[in-house]
Amino acid sequence: MTPVSYLRAGSAADALRLGAVQGHRLLGGGTNLVDLMRKGVEQPGVLVDVTGLPALIEEAADGSIVIGAAARNSSVAAHPLVRTRYPMLSRAILGGASAQIRNMATVGGNLLQRTRCLYFADAAGSRCNKREPGSGCDARGGFTRYHAILGASPACIATHPSDMAVALAALDARVHLASAEGVRTLSLLDLHRLPGDRPDLETVLAPGEMIVAIELPPSDVAARSIYRKVRDRASYAFALVSVAAGLALDGDRIVDVRIALGGVAAKPWRALRAEATLRGGPATAEAFARAAEVELAEAAPLPGNAFKVPLATRTMAAVLAQLSGEQA
Amino acid sequence: MAIRINGTEVAPPEDARVSLLDLLRERLHLTGTKLGCNQGACGACTVLVDGNRVLSCLTLAVQVDGRTVTTIEGLGADGLHPLQAAFLEHDGLQCGYCTPGQICAASAMLAEVEAGVPSYVTRDLSGPVRLSRDEVRERMSGNLCRCGAHNGIVDAILAVAAERAA
Amino acid sequence: MSRVQNVLVGSVRTALGWVPAQWLPGGTPDPLIGRHGEIGRQASRVDGALKVQGQARFSAEVAMEGLCYAALVHSTVTRGRIARLDTAAAEAAPGVLLVVTHRNMPRVASPSLISMTDPTATGNSSLPILQDDQVHYNGQVVAAVVAETQEQADHAASLIAIDYEAAPAETRFEEAKAGARVIPSLLIERNHLSFGRAERELARSPHKVDNRYRTPWQNHNAIELHALTVAWGDDELTVHDTTQMIAAEAATLAKLFGLKREQVRVLSPFVGGGFGGKGFWDHQVAAVAAARMVGRPLRLQLSREGVYRIIGGRSPTEQRVAIGADEDGRFTALLHDGWSVMPPYGACPEAYTLGTRAAYRAKSFEILQRHVDMAVVPNTFMRAPGEAIGTFALESAVDELAHALALDPIELRLRNLPDKHPITGAPFSQHAPAKSWADGAARFGWERRSTTPGARREGEWRIGMGCGSGSFPYVRMPGAAVRLSVRHDGTASLACSGQEMGMGTATVLAQQVADRLGLPLAAVSIEIGDSALPAAPLAGGSGQTVSIAGAILAAAEKLPAELLRLAGNDSPLAGLRPGEVRLAREGLAGAEEPSRHESFRSILTRANRDEVSVTASGTPPLEMLKFAMHSTAAMFCELRVSDVTGEVRVDRLLGSFDCGAILNPRTAASQFRGGMIMGLGLALTEETLFDERSGRIMNPTLADYHVPAHMDVPEIEVMWTDIPDPRSPLGARGIGEIGITGVAAAVANAVFNATGKRVRDLPITLDKLL
Repeated sequence: MTPVSYLRAGSAADALRLGAVQGHRLLGGGTNLVDLMRKGVEQPGVLVDVTGLPALIEEAADGSIVIGAAARNSSVAAHPLVRTRYPMLSRAILGGASAQIRNMATVGGNLLQRTRCLYFADAAGSRCNKREPGSGCDARGGFTRYHAILGASPACIATHPSDMAVALAALDARVHLASAEGVRTLSLLDLHRLPGDRPDLETVLAPGEMIVAIELPPSDVAARSIYRKVRDRASYAFALVSVAAGLALDGDRIVDVRIALGGVAAKPWRALRAEATLRGGPATAEAFARAAEVELAEAAPLPGNAFKVPLATRTMAAVLAQLSGEQA
Repeated sequence: MAIRINGTEVAPPEDARVSLLDLLRERLHLTGTKLGCNQGACGACTVLVDGNRVLSCLTLAVQVDGRTVTTIEGLGADGLHPLQAAFLEHDGLQCGYCTPGQICAASAMLAEVEAGVPSYVTRDLSGPVRLSRDEVRERMSGNLCRCGAHNGIVDAILAVAAERAA
Repeated sequence: MSRVQNVLVGSVRTALGWVPAQWLPGGTPDPLIGRHGEIGRQASRVDGALKVQGQARFSAEVAMEGLCYAALVHSTVTRGRIARLDTAAAEAAPGVLLVVTHRNMPRVASPSLISMTDPTATGNSSLPILQDDQVHYNGQVVAAVVAETQEQADHAASLIAIDYEAAPAETRFEEAKAGARVIPSLLIERNHLSFGRAERELARSPHKVDNRYRTPWQNHNAIELHALTVAWGDDELTVHDTTQMIAAEAATLAKLFGLKREQVRVLSPFVGGGFGGKGFWDHQVAAVAAARMVGRPLRLQLSREGVYRIIGGRSPTEQRVAIGADEDGRFTALLHDGWSVMPPYGACPEAYTLGTRAAYRAKSFEILQRHVDMAVVPNTFMRAPGEAIGTFALESAVDELAHALALDPIELRLRNLPDKHPITGAPFSQHAPAKSWADGAARFGWERRSTTPGARREGEWRIGMGCGSGSFPYVRMPGAAVRLSVRHDGTASLACSGQEMGMGTATVLAQQVADRLGLPLAAVSIEIGDSALPAAPLAGGSGQTVSIAGAILAAAEKLPAELLRLAGNDSPLAGLRPGEVRLAREGLAGAEEPSRHESFRSILTRANRDEVSVTASGTPPLEMLKFAMHSTAAMFCELRVSDVTGEVRVDRLLGSFDCGAILNPRTAASQFRGGMIMGLGLALTEETLFDERSGRIMNPTLADYHVPAHMDVPEIEVMWTDIPDPRSPLGARGIGEIGITGVAAAVANAVFNATGKRVRDLPITLDKLL
C-alpha cells in the first residue's frame, strides 16, 4: 500500500473541500477500497473519510424514503421501513457479503465499488483496460464465470458486483449528488456507464462530485418483491446471476412489474424489455418465460459464462412465477 | 482523541496505512485477533467496534479514532465468556486459529438477533426473528473455518442462545 | 523411490510373509487394547481454553525486541530470466533495512526433496532459492524486502522494478500429457500393476463402465498464513514457525545454513491448520537468510496471495476408471490410470490409484499413473493426497456400474469386498467395511433412496441420495522418539517434538500416557512443538498419533527397569525383575502378584529423586509390510438440486468409519467431520483457477477460492465400528485424512440420483447441472 494521508470530513461541503486534490479517494467502510489499495490497484494519495456524513434513513413528505450515503448497509437492510415497504432491497443487501462487511460498507461506497474481475484485481500480473486504459484485457479468453453477458464491449467484460444496486435499479431509486457546482439528482439507472471503449469510466459522476443520498420513491410493486441470488456457495459469494423483481397483479393480469438483473453487466441491468412484454398481459408461466427470453435475446456470452443466459432466463421466470403465486 | 481498546485508550498510529488488525497484533501485541487473509474474506480478524462486528483487516486504525474496540481479549475479560465455554463444550474448534473471530462474530450476532435484525434466510422480513440452525449458519457464513468445526460452532451458539432465552 | 527399492520392499514383504505375526516387533497386540481407561473417553482439548481466549501464541505472534518485517516479491512471468532488476527505489523507501535478491543472497543449497527413505528430507522443491536470475514458475520468489514495519516492507516490495526475458513454458495440461513420464514407484508402492490381462477381460465382460474423471487444482487454505519469526543468536538460530515437520525442519535448516543440529531450534506449539501445506518451502530459507543479513530478529508472514504463489497445492488429475463385471456383478477387470502434474523439481506424486489397489477384489487389474511436467509451483500433499480424488473416480465408476446392473450400489460393493489384499494377498490386520456399510445404511435410512434417478422432488428441488467408499492406509513412521518422565509428586510428563494442528494431538497423547502409567489424566502433562525435544515424526499420512504411540509403548516398556533400580530392597517390589512387573495404579505392580505394588511417588521419594526419565523410540513399523492395513469409510449424502438454477444443497451427510480403535470420540468426530467438509468443498466449490495461457493462478484469495462457508455445511453424522486393530499401537489407525475420501463420489452419486445427470469433473458447479 502506498503511503497515504487521512482526513475526516464532517459534512458534504467539508468532503468536497478536502477532496479538492488530485488523487484523492472518498473512504467509506473501506471494504473494497482498502483491499484494492493493498493490491496496488488503487493508489490514492489522500483518503477523505466520509463515514461521518449524514447516515439517516427518513421518510419524506411525499412518502419517499431518503437514505444518507453514509448509512451502513446493515442499517438499511434492518430498517423497519425498508423491510416492510421494500423487502427486495433488504433481501438484496442481506444477500451481499457478510454481516461484518455489511456493518462497515456504506450505501455510497456500495454503489461505487469496483468490479471483482480477477484480472482487474491482478495489478502485478494481468492487463486490464479498466485499470490502465488501452493496455488490453486478459479476462477475455480467461476465467469469465463472473463476467458480463449483456452490455459488454471489446475493451471490457467486467460486471458490477453490488447486490444492493440491483434492487435499487428495480425500485427506480434516485441518486442525490453534490459537487462544488451544486446538487443534482439522477436515476440510479443512469449512474453507472456501460464500458464501451472507456471501461475506466464507471459512472457519470463528474470529477469532484459525490453521492450524498439515495431516494426510494413510493412503489406499488415493492411491498411484495423478491431478490434471489444465485452463487457458487450457499452464502458469502458474489452473484453469478441475481434477480430483483416486484409484481402488482389485478386478478391474473399484470398491472405493473419491475425487474432488474445482477451479475450480468457492468451495471445493474434493468429488464425494461421484459417489463414491457409483461405489463398489461397475463401472469402465466409462459408469459414469464417469454419475457425472460426477450430480455436475454441480445446476450452475448463468452465460452466461460454461456450458462448465465439460461440461468438468468430461468431464474427470472421462476422469481416472477413465485411472485404471482404468492399473490394468487 | 484515542481508540478505546478493551477499556484502554490507545493513540491512533501515525501511518494511516496501519490497519486496526495490524495495530492490535503488531503494536499492542493483542494477538487474539487473527490475520487469515488481509482481504476481507475470512472473518478471522473480526472485532467489535462500538458493539458491531467488523473486519479489522479492512479497517484503517485511524478510522476508529474516538471509538470503542472490543477484541477476544476483552470479551472474556472476566473468566470465560459463555460463548467461549460453549465452544469448548461443543468442540467448536480444532486448530483454534479462526476461533476468536468466530466467537467475536457470534457474540455480535446474538445481539443482532435480539435486536430483531433479519438475515438473508429469514422468511418474513417484516416479522420477528426466530433463531434456527439455518439462521446461525447464514449469519456466521462470513467466518470461514478450514478444519471443519462448523457443526460444533453452530451447536455452541445455539446453546448459548437457548441459555439466554431461558 | 527407485526400482531397486521396489525390489527391496517386495522381498522384505515376501520374507515377512513367512514370519508368524507374533514374532514381529510389535506383533503382540498392545495390552492397552480393549482396556477401559482415559482412552476412549471424550477428553476436552488440553489447549482449548487458550484457543477460545485468543491466548494460544502462533508463530507470527511471538513478540521480540527490535523485530523487523519482510515481504516477498513474486515473479509475474512463468519461465525466463530476470533481464533488469532495479531495487534503488525500494532501498530508498522509508524504513527499508535490506533488499534481498539473487545478487546478494548468500549461497544456500536447496533442501533435499521429501523422500520415503529419509525422514529429515523436507523439500517440496529442488529449485534454487534466490540463487540466480532464472524463473521457473509464475509466482516464484524473486526478491525480499526487510523494513521496520510490515506496511513499509509491503510498499517497498511494490517498488522493485523487474524486466523479464520470458521463455516458452509448458502451462497446458492437455498439451503436457504428450510428454508424460512414468516413474517406477508411488511412495512405497510399485506404480504399474498389471494382473491378468485386464483390457481383454474388460472387453469380454457382459457389463462394463469405462469413463474419464477430472479433478482440479486445489489449495490447502489453512486459515493461518505461513509465517515465521526468526532470531539469530551468536551461534544459534531460533525459528518460530508454523510447520508440520518440526524436527525435520530444524535438521534441514542446520544443513542449509551450516550449523550443527543442536544449534537450531524450531518452535511450533500451535499450527493454525496444515492439511499438508505447512511444510518446507522457499520462504523459510529467505527469512532465515534475511534475518542473518540484517542482524535483527525478523518476521515473514506470507500474504494470502503469497501462499497461493509459492506453496503448492493438490495436482489436477485426469483419471480413467474402467470396471468389467460378470452377470452377478463380480468384478472381472479393474483398470485405473491417468495423469497428474509433478514437475521434475517436485517430490510429491498425487497417488490417486493407491486406494484402488486395496478396495475391491477383481479377476484382473491394470493400474498406471503418468506424471505431467508443467511450469508450476510444485504440487504437494494435500489432505488424503491420492485417495481424496482417486476415490471420486473409482467410487463414481462403481456407482455407474451399479446403475448399469440395476443393482443397489452398496450391494455391488459388498459383493466385491476383498477378504485379503487383492494384489499382495497379505491378510488384513483388521477390516470391517461390510459392518460400516450396514451400520451407516441403517442410520442414514438408505432404504428410502429411490432407485430411479430424478424421481423425488419437492417444489423446484430434486432430491437424491448417494454413497461412496472412502479409504486410507495405515501409516506408522519410523524413528519416532519420546521422553517419558514420572515425578516424585506422582505426576508424569511426555515430551517430543510432535505437532498440534488442531487434531487434538496433545490431548490424545495425555490420554495414552495416563493409561500406560495408570495415572489420572490430570496428572499428565504434554510438551510438544519444540525441536529441542526428542524427535517426533512429521504430522503426515495420518500417522503422527500411532507413530508417537509406538514410542510411548517402547518408553513404557523401558520405564519399569529404571523404577526397579530406584525402588531398591526396601520396596514391596524387591526381588522382582523388569519382566515381572507392570505399570499400574500410579506405580509399579507385580505382574503375577498385583498386590505387590509401590507408587511412583513412593519410589522416587524414598530414592530422593525428583524424577526419572526414559527416552525411547518406537519399533520399526514392520506391521505395515506384513499386513494389509487400511481404514475404510462408508459415506452417505442426501442433497437437493434446483431445477431452476442447478444449485446443489447438501442436506445430510453421514460417515461410517472402520478405522480401528477410536482414542477420543470428541476430537475424532471433529476430525472426521472436518475431513468430510473439505470433501464437500472438493465436490462442489473448490478450484484453484490456473490460467493455462499464462501459467498464473488467478484466484489467490479466500473470496475467489470457495472453501465451504457455514451455510454450505449441514449437520454431519459420524459413527465408527470401533474394532481395534490388533497390529497397531492402541489398536488405532490414523483418522485425520480418511474423512475427505469418498465424499466427492457420494455427492456426485447423489446428484445423479437426484437428476439423472452424471458429472465426472469436479467441482460440481451449477452450470454443469443446468
